Amino acid sequence: MNAWRKPGLWLPLVLVLAAGAWPMITGREATREVIFTALMSVALASSLNILLGYTGYVSFGHIVFFGLGAYVGFYMMSALNMPLPVAALAGGLSAGLLAFLLGKAILRLRGAYFALATIGVNEAARAFVNNFHPFGGPIGMRLNFRFYDAYGGAATALWTTFAILVGLTLVLLVVSYLVKYSKFGLSLLAIRENEDAAQVMGVVAPNAKTWAYVISAIFPGIIGVLFFFKNGNIEPTDAFRLHLSIETIVMVMLGGQGTVLGPILGGAGYQRLRGTLLVTPLFKDIQLTVAGILLLAIILFVPAGIVGWLRGRFPMLRRVLE
Amino acid sequence: MAEMLLPSLVDGLLLGFVFGIAAMGLSLIWGVMNVINLSHGPIIALGMFGVYLSFTHLGLNPYLALILVAIGGLLVGVLIYAVAVHRVLNAPHLSTLLATFAVNMIIIGLGTAAFTVSPYNVDFTLGSLTLGPIRVPLSRLAAALAALMVTGVLYLFLNRSRPGKYIRAVANNRAAAELMGIPSARVLALSFGLGTMLAAIAGGLIATFFPFTILSGGGYELRSFVIVVLGGLGNPLGALFGGLILGTLEGVIPVFTVTTWVPVFEFVLFVLLLLVRPTGLFGRRR
Repeated sequence: MNAWRKPGLWLPLVLVLAAGAWPMITGREATREVIFTALMSVALASSLNILLGYTGYVSFGHIVFFGLGAYVGFYMMSALNMPLPVAALAGGLSAGLLAFLLGKAILRLRGAYFALATIGVNEAARAFVNNFHPFGGPIGMRLNFRFYDAYGGAATALWTTFAILVGLTLVLLVVSYLVKYSKFGLSLLAIRENEDAAQVMGVVAPNAKTWAYVISAIFPGIIGVLFFFKNGNIEPTDAFRLHLSIETIVMVMLGGQGTVLGPILGGAGYQRLRGTLLVTPLFKDIQLTVAGILLLAIILFVPAGIVGWLRGRFPMLRRVLE
Repeated sequence: MAEMLLPSLVDGLLLGFVFGIAAMGLSLIWGVMNVINLSHGPIIALGMFGVYLSFTHLGLNPYLALILVAIGGLLVGVLIYAVAVHRVLNAPHLSTLLATFAVNMIIIGLGTAAFTVSPYNVDFTLGSLTLGPIRVPLSRLAAALAALMVTGVLYLFLNRSRPGKYIRAVANNRAAAELMGIPSARVLALSFGLGTMLAAIAGGLIATFFPFTILSGGGYELRSFVIVVLGGLGNPLGALFGGLILGTLEGVIPVFTVTTWVPVFEFVLFVLLLLVRPTGLFGRRR
């Protein structure tokens, strides 16, 4: 396939691979944790980008797929004693299934109505899980420490989880690139620009939107299982945190919506910035305020994000940054 | 169960008036400029702390303090509009949603630094009134009356005064209003200010009977979304009825089941309503 020769595909892959290999070579746990958080943000932002950037639908409650997938996978591990790969797949598939069922209904709504509906779905899911006893209600569930023995003990299990996340992020980036340059992706871009016109030109908008929604939901579902497997316990407030949902949107905006590389720069950059603010004595207490001011500055002055700005400023970069 | 039903119904209804004016602010802003104000919750929290600070530091009666809170809310709203909203008003929805969310982060960040996230309460009671089986805290009754008064004044302002008519004209058709010589930027700033003023007043009223933290606004913001959709997005008076419906639900559902199920019903109802009647229960069919 000649897509492999395009810098727009391998540049993101090389970046993620280098970031993933770094802690594996040095063997430092602290670096691994930092990169894990960054890669998780990159993956969440990239999957949201398929819906937000390509299709133009603002999902404010996208974290519902992260939470639901995590709960399904976690339940399979803690109650049914299933291995991690099966649980992760089940988490991803159940998130995709929820997106498929929801998609047919709420993707009919446009603009702000859709955004509001996704917030409603997330809050309804959180409130429901809070009351759902098999999932432990408000207390949530925890993994027995013995569970990690099958993965060579807790310390090795953390490395395994990290390696899986790196692999998953690479797959996601390839999917993101292929979607963008496929006929399917073109129909998504057409929907983003003008949905009615796209339908007149023969795009079956409801189906295309639903599949974009499903793809962008599967990956958060798997990531949720990985994250809470690593965590060892899960609670409704952690799994369905609306704030994380909005942070993901910020990452996509920061990097550049609708680009493959953007969510990588946005996700990693946002986490880096947050880390720096948290340890700087001057900003420690008001890190949220500083982040807010930055976000406002981006929206007001650089709405296209880093990649969009670079592409506009340096036309020769357009062949490299996609 | 029946003897519990009536008091909870009254409780919920009275609370519903306050929910109603919080949602009215959100609805007004949406109706005039198609912006969903995600800084609504923190403004409600600021209203709570406004009443708290004027009560503890200036010794003001909480209901007098509401006047200060209202003026403060108006000014903060105009400022938010000028800094964050005006520039992105014609950009896609995502921009205004994120711009107001950035304001949300700024306020919450500063608020947490100043007040931490520990709970506060306004140590002030009016006693309570007993009518047969119903015992109503007077502060709730006063809050409901204040909410009704605010609604009345808003109604008169929008329908009788010149700036109110400007607001309705701009909401109806901004381009045409501008052609008629209406200074639309100032009118939009005023509408945004009125919206945040209502939120701040609602917060101030809630502070007179519930304890609160700087993060409390979030829950009321989510409720405001539900109410606004119940009453019809962009229909401020519908919001009052939406508030009453939600208040009633919050009062009555716990009688039949566990309180924690209330949000499940609320948000399922919310999503269903968006799908079936996005113009609200009282809105016109599209």
